[in-house]
Amino acid sequence: MNVIEVKNLTKDFGDFRAVNDLSFSIEEGKITALLGPNGAGKTTTIQMLLDIITPTSGSISFFGKDLHTNKEEILSKVNFSSPYVALPSNLTVMENLLTFARLYGVKKPKQKIEELADFFEIRNLLPRMTTSLSTGQLTRVNLTKAFVNDPKVLLLDEATASLDPYIADKTLTVLERMQKERKVTILYTSHNMAEIERLCDRVIFINKGTLRDDGTPQELMSKFGHKDLNDVFISIATEEE
Amino acid sequence: MNSGRIKAIVMRHLYLYKGRSLPRFMDIFFWPVMTLLTWGFFSVYLGKLNLGNINIISVLLGAVVFWEIVQMSQQAVSVYFLEDVWEKNFLNIFVTPLTLGEFFAATAILAIIKIIITAAVLLTVAYFSYHYSIFTLGFAVIPYALNLFIFGMVIAIFINAIILRFGTSAQVLAFGVILILQPLSAVFYPVTALPSFIQPISRILPTTYVFEAMRATLAGGVFDTTSFLLALGLNIFYFIVVCFFFSTMFKIVKRKGILLKVQN
Ligand SMILES: Nc1ncnc2c1ncn2[C@@H]1O[C@H](COP(=O)(O)OP(=O)(O)OP(=O)(O)O)[C@@H](O)[C@H]1O
Ligand SMILES: [Mg+2]
Repeated sequence: MNVIEVKNLTKDFGDFRAVNDLSFSIEEGKITALLGPNGAGKTTTIQMLLDIITPTSGSISFFGKDLHTNKEEILSKVNFSSPYVALPSNLTVMENLLTFARLYGVKKPKQKIEELADFFEIRNLLPRMTTSLSTGQLTRVNLTKAFVNDPKVLLLDEATASLDPYIADKTLTVLERMQKERKVTILYTSHNMAEIERLCDRVIFINKGTLRDDGTPQELMSKFGHKDLNDVFISIATEEE
Repeated sequence: MNSGRIKAIVMRHLYLYKGRSLPRFMDIFFWPVMTLLTWGFFSVYLGKLNLGNINIISVLLGAVVFWEIVQMSQQAVSVYFLEDVWEKNFLNIFVTPLTLGEFFAATAILAIIKIIITAAVLLTVAYFSYHYSIFTLGFAVIPYALNLFIFGMVIAIFINAIILRFGTSAQVLAFGVILILQPLSAVFYPVTALPSFIQPISRILPTTYVFEAMRATLAGGVFDTTSFLLALGLNIFYFIVVCFFFSTMFKIVKRKGILLKVQN
């Protein structure tokens, strides 16, 4: 089953076309990377998927239902994490996580948070003020927030940027585990190609808002005759339209 | 409306008072009391000048306490909105199933809590310092206060919409609105004291009717039903307009893709 279905999605900011007639669908339980150079339209696309940006045209549906008309129901099964949004710095980590657990209607919020906190190794951070955390600690807290409602779909916009290699590795392991055990569908942007090779079942490559390529990392590597995704990225980013 | 989500927002703000914020407590206790004391001493002084037989303390302190309700309601609803903008948390909140209606319901509840606490403090101070009791107005206090509370919210939602659309740089301008409305609302003097070309503006503000009614009640001891209904009618009208205005601004912001940028 396709969990996300995007058809002819276009976004114009004034005269500028940030996303151009983009169509793709994402199967349940797959980890998909949305790749592209800076300014390609990845964040714009993700924010349209969250109904934070209204598309100029095209349609978005989750679980076979239109996002616009079923927003409340869909958003309760989706979550999101990105370093460009913060959690209130003047609350403790626990208070922050409790707030989101309640917003998502989580049944036993404290228990859920403690369970996730063990998972992300932030148990000792729970009573701390959010302002006192390091960047990497914050990222882990953000990821905990992203899992608080047991999302069916997770949208991550550069969520692993600024993690140390050990925590980055752990995070990827967690994402892999969540995918296997709970069939979480993940759409993911990152500029770390090694991470994407390891994690993603599929790569959707966009440039200047337009879909350029779509396939497994292996397919793309053999198509472009490169040994790693980094070189594929450079090839696609520099090709003429 | 989902009560769990409203509770989430209410709790999120109540956490901030858990023994960690002196300025927030000053907001509730200190500043309003200072205002009250200033006007209290002033009215005691005027009382001694013997300017006729109206009870100056009742009129002035009633006006001060009542205006405080408008201001607190406006400030609370604006600040509880801005808190998430300042903290760059806005996007996180609006990608949850929370609706705008739930969000504003939560801020209204918070504003009511804040107003009740402040009003209790003010009335206690006024009673012990000046033997003033707002309950000389009788049961009328409640409908008057309700109208003032709603109008404070109306102004706040208007201000919030402007900030949402034009960013926090519009903040200073937005907060000025309340300063324009105070002289127009006939808080300390009757509408007729205003220049005649300004009076029509004054008469489209619900607050004007509340303050006129308050003085009438103090003078004659009757509850002015007409003024109350006029104020309520205007409030309902403005409330609908301002909700529509906010949701239009929200739509524009989503179309322009600047919701994320509001917070920067
Ligand atoms: N609100 C906006 N108004 C006008 N232009 C915008 C707006 N948001 C994004 N853009 C433009 O749209 C294009 C796509 O931006 P977007 O943020 O989606 O890129 P991205 O793929 O996420 O890039 P990065 O890798 O740098 O995060 C950019 O050229 C950007 O300048
Ligand atoms: Mg981006």
